[in-house]
Amino acid sequence: MRREAPQKIGDYAPLFFPATMLIVFFVVPFATMIAVSFFQRQQGGFYVPAFVLSNYERFLSLFFANVLGFSLMLAVVVAICCVVLALPFTYLLTRMKRKVQIVWLVALLSVLSLSEVIIGFAWSTLFSRTAGITNLLVMAGIMSEAKALLPSFGAVLTGMVYQAFPYTVLVLYPALVRLDPTLTEAARTLGASPVKAFFTVVVPALRNTIVATLIMVFIFALGSYLLPQLLGRPQHWTLSVLITDQAIYQSNMPFAAAMAVFLVLVTLGLVALTVMAGRKGEAA
Amino acid sequence: MTGMFRKLYFFLIGLFLALPMIVVAGVSVNEKQTLAFPPKGFSLSWYGEIFLNPEWRNALFASVTLAVLSAALAVAIALPLSWFLWRRVAPWANIFQLIGVAPFTLPPVITALGLLTFWATTGFYGQPWTAVISHAIFFVTLPLVTLSLGFTAIDRSLVEAAATMGADDRTIFRTVVLPLILPYIVSGYAFAFVLSLNEYIVAYMTVGFVMETLPIKIFNALRYGYTPTMASVTILFVATAAVIFSLVARFGDLPKLLGAMASDDK
Repeated sequence: MRREAPQKIGDYAPLFFPATMLIVFFVVPFATMIAVSFFQRQQGGFYVPAFVLSNYERFLSLFFANVLGFSLMLAVVVAICCVVLALPFTYLLTRMKRKVQIVWLVALLSVLSLSEVIIGFAWSTLFSRTAGITNLLVMAGIMSEAKALLPSFGAVLTGMVYQAFPYTVLVLYPALVRLDPTLTEAARTLGASPVKAFFTVVVPALRNTIVATLIMVFIFALGSYLLPQLLGRPQHWTLSVLITDQAIYQSNMPFAAAMAVFLVLVTLGLVALTVMAGRKGEAA
Repeated sequence: MTGMFRKLYFFLIGLFLALPMIVVAGVSVNEKQTLAFPPKGFSLSWYGEIFLNPEWRNALFASVTLAVLSAALAVAIALPLSWFLWRRVAPWANIFQLIGVAPFTLPPVITALGLLTFWATTGFYGQPWTAVISHAIFFVTLPLVTLSLGFTAIDRSLVEAAATMGADDRTIFRTVVLPLILPYIVSGYAFAFVLSLNEYIVAYMTVGFVMETLPIKIFNALRYGYTPTMASVTILFVATAAVIFSLVARFGDLPKLLGAMASDDK
């Protein structure tokens, strides 16, 4: 049976349920959120329909500029760390035996599916004074006294790299699986060391993939809403944390919604960039 | 030399991934209610606590119920949609595929906030079933991606043969398509189930004030002081995820599934 255009109205029936669900519970909520971002907040956490720009005007403060700048900087650092760590790893992984690959993939998926609450809890334990990694160093005689390594920027960064690393590997995996093995073989035959072959052949061949992956991990890291709060100090809060805080604890829905709309715009801009990077890759 | 280097590299990455879990596993077997590592004494009572303490047991029950139902709803949304896109030429219908992938691509807090404003506006805020729908929409991406992959893998000549023999759409779906697509339904369900079990922000923003899922319970417990039960729940979660993904790998083609999944993401 060939694919054919729907003939009669009944042919559209299977689309009815999925389309209704997606429109009612994703498109409408999204529109609601945009509407709320223009609403007027009232004392006591309620808001009334209106059309005011005051929620957006609050972006023009130094505080907000700092949060935005820090969020972007943190996401960039996380993306770079993850790609630098994951690229050689994924490359070597795709060259391994199938069975070994599957074991690693299962482990990576298990870590990827962990909730931020659990990752935050695990790392705050690991960095704590009573149960932390410093106790092992004390036992080994390297340190004289156990100490807490959090809250700190290093702790936030470590937690977020931990969260985003499996994601990075899984984004890189398909491109690296499909990479033509004769490329590196040719380089090896011509006398390049494996490391040299990796940097002079594999990395340039994957330039567009690497750019696209950096952007995707960047977006992923922008979405982290708990780790900066659990592992860092207030100055390490990101836009996602601030949105959650405004919505839940400050009950300022209009402002939270305005920030969320802003975050969507940033993300969409980056997705457009990714698509363009991908297009270029196909053309080349 | 390079072999050594590669082993060390993989060992270090493995250690990085495993270290938090090792410490948490250590903490979870403390004898007393302390957060010590290496653990003082040995006891598995904190694992029993998950099932014996009513608060933790209710959270576990809420989480599992939510994951079972929302993953099923996600599959129910994804299956007809991806079948339609495979069966018909209707380019404009791809917009729904795009909408289905959106919640997973955008930062999660956005979907969460959208649903929070929506449920608050419609007056259903806090009803347990709103969390089921919210999670189903949030995770519909996963069955959608595995299913569209599954449908492209179907050999169209099989379907044509059935049609030539006079089978209608319904019969073809039941006897040819469904058996071929079943592994992809199962893996899509499994992915959505595990992620729903672990999900925090959407659940928190929709029903966080009236009920506790396990991630919400852990977060609340974090703010009011530590207990080793948090550690034992964490280990239980990691083990569950590992078992489910191993099963998916055992009965399906995991490298292929991931090869296509991530490329679809782009």
